[in-house]
Amino acid sequence: MSEDIGQKNTKLVRKLALVAIAMFGFGYALVPLYDVLCDLTGLNGKVEGQAVQEVAYQVDNSREVTVEFLTSLNESTPMLFRSEVKSMKVHPGEYYTVNFYAKNTTNMPMIAQAIPSITPGLAAEFFKKTQCFCFTEQTFAANEEKTMPVRFVVEPTLPERYKTVTLAYTFFDNTNISKK
Amino acid sequence: MTAVVAEHDDHHDHHDHGPEKGVLRWIFTTNHKDIGTLYLVFGLIMFFVGGAMALVIRSELFEPGLQFVDPNFFNSMTTMHALVMVFGAVMPAFVGLANWMIPMMIGAPDMALPRMNNMSFWMLVAGVLLLASTLFMEGGAPSGGWTFYPPLVFQNGKSFPFAIFSVHLLGISSIMGAINVIATIFNMRAPGMTLMKMPLFVWTWLITAFLLIAIMPVFAGAVTMLLTDKFFDTSFFDAAGGGDPVLYQHIFWFFGHPEVYVMILPTFGVASTIIPVFARKPLFGYASMVYATGAIAFLSFIVWAHHMFTVGMPVAGELYFMYATMLIAIPTGVKVFNWTATMWKGSMTFETPMLFSIAFVVLFTMGGFTGLMMSVAPVDFQYHDTYFIVAHFHYTLVPASIFILMAAGYFWLPKWTGNMYNEKIGRLHFWLSAVSVNILFFPQHFLGLAGMPRRIPDYAIQFADWNMVSSIGAFIYGFSQLLFVYIVIDTIRGGTGEKVSDEVWEDASKHSLEWTVPSPAPYHTFSTPPARIPTEHF
Ligand code: HEM
Ligand SMILES: [Cu+2]
Repeated sequence: MSEDIGQKNTKLVRKLALVAIAMFGFGYALVPLYDVLCDLTGLNGKVEGQAVQEVAYQVDNSREVTVEFLTSLNESTPMLFRSEVKSMKVHPGEYYTVNFYAKNTTNMPMIAQAIPSITPGLAAEFFKKTQCFCFTEQTFAANEEKTMPVRFVVEPTLPERYKTVTLAYTFFDNTNISKK
Repeated sequence: MTAVVAEHDDHHDHHDHGPEKGVLRWIFTTNHKDIGTLYLVFGLIMFFVGGAMALVIRSELFEPGLQFVDPNFFNSMTTMHALVMVFGAVMPAFVGLANWMIPMMIGAPDMALPRMNNMSFWMLVAGVLLLASTLFMEGGAPSGGWTFYPPLVFQNGKSFPFAIFSVHLLGISSIMGAINVIATIFNMRAPGMTLMKMPLFVWTWLITAFLLIAIMPVFAGAVTMLLTDKFFDTSFFDAAGGGDPVLYQHIFWFFGHPEVYVMILPTFGVASTIIPVFARKPLFGYASMVYATGAIAFLSFIVWAHHMFTVGMPVAGELYFMYATMLIAIPTGVKVFNWTATMWKGSMTFETPMLFSIAFVVLFTMGGFTGLMMSVAPVDFQYHDTYFIVAHFHYTLVPASIFILMAAGYFWLPKWTGNMYNEKIGRLHFWLSAVSVNILFFPQHFLGLAGMPRRIPDYAIQFADWNMVSSIGAFIYGFSQLLFVYIVIDTIRGGTGEKVSDEVWEDASKHSLEWTVPSPAPYHTFSTPPARIPTEHF
């Protein structure tokens, strides 16, 4: 093999190795890209993790939207968790409050985080919460039971085609992670 | 006399003449033919390891109820079967063919980076051994599926980090192999061997190598995120910390879809090499074959979410991925058309490699059609995660990639060993395989349509009959592959005893350069570039 080819090979290998490293980075870059894309488009039904200011809307009494509530626990979270009602009919623009109950069924304190999700995903941006237990981690004493209100509004700009919006919460036991 | 001595000196600078003796030859070798052999033998062994796992699966599914293995081990078997077959058998076997054939096809003396070549092989062995070691760990081998979806994957016991490190090793090995292929093709071609004169096998491998460099690092990144989620409290995919498990699926399939093409593009290349030789015609539409390969590779990057139609994507996303996926059928159709047109009015003969290749064209097309069915998003809700998809990808992998690997074995064994294989047993192997592979996989379409989920050790009794048929097919298929091992060993030992010519197959030297060197191919070929570039293939 002549010197010449040796040099050409080294150059090419460097370039290709750089591409491989860049693609490793690209894998990681997909994480913020995905979040930005989902934020912009609301594709994955993620809802804002912060309370919004309560502003008055023009209440749309001409139509009703069914809001359903789902509660679930991540695999081994030792809790009881349910909502006061399974669903309610709401008028867009009006504020409602619904209670959720959660109980720590262990004899030890627990830190838990609830993660909300809205279906259909594209309806998420029209669903606003001014108060929610999901905005921060919740601390439970041993065997403590809590009543946690959620105050929300469905914006009047919600497109007509959405007749039902489902709000689902999953509680995660974060005790081990948050203590560190 | 003097001329001979002069030539002798010429070579002495960089190489000695023959292989070293003993095992050390195989450990330290940097010769492309030795490394090709190592890869091929390794791939064949892993084919039987993965096959044994498949037979455990099919034994358990022979009848409803749990009879032989416990469900966790069953799930380990489906997971490990896939990993071993993809990363241990099919990919290494094609790298082996690349090592053996690419330098000979482009008239180069060796691969561009012989030492890296050696390293990527041994890293592959290390990666697969690490993976195999998880079988003996507390909690068993990975059992959450070859896709490693979180949070399920975190339920694996001690094996979890080992499986991930093994993926890292396999990834680095493939990337090094791919870099080597690209460097060889770009820098080592003989004078006159322009890109558009390269045999299609070389072309498809070039494009595959680029795919590998683009996707293996992404996969390595995804599994690294799993690792840090589990052990270092990051939350890439952990909803409690603000992550999203669906994100993993996007990253995985960004790798995973092109990965299936890594296994099929070289298959296309070998088929395009074999069919013209036995049809005694040039390949129909050489340039369109090259462009179709490029188009398939490009499209493979923008269709990944067809594996995720049921995760709750919005309609716009479903529609986009549906139409984009359907587009793949066009370049794929071009290829099937070209193979058929190559055979059209050819003077065909049906030696074993050709039989396997024709079966490939027919049966791969079936897999393509079921793919097209599943690309229709609304109906995929029925097919997803059922045996229908199991049938789909096995049609695209077993009677396609595996059949073509067998065809390649029969096609080039005479060149590699200098001996002729036993055609009778070869044909027996073909017919047993071709019939049993359909007994094995065709009923799985019915099972899937009837609603049998994939990855379950037990099932409702209405699925019993077709499962039994499928299992019977599996055993016939599995055991008939032993014939191939017999033939390979027999051929190495002398085969039919008939000495083969340089060309081996009639007029093969018009198609590609490897048929212009002696049989068996000497340890070093094309130390001086070939005088004439064959042009029959385009
Ligand atoms: C015309 C071309 C093809 C189309 C349109 C197509 C389409 C699809 C679709 C839509 C799925 C997802 C099904 C589901 O999960 O519900 C799928 C799965 C799959 N395909 Fe294909 N496919 C094609 C060719 C191939 C080829 C050539 C291969 C491999 C050589 C392949 C291997 C696979 C594999 C391995 C899976 C399953 C992955 C898993 O979930 O474990 N496909 N295909
Ligand atoms: Cu795919």
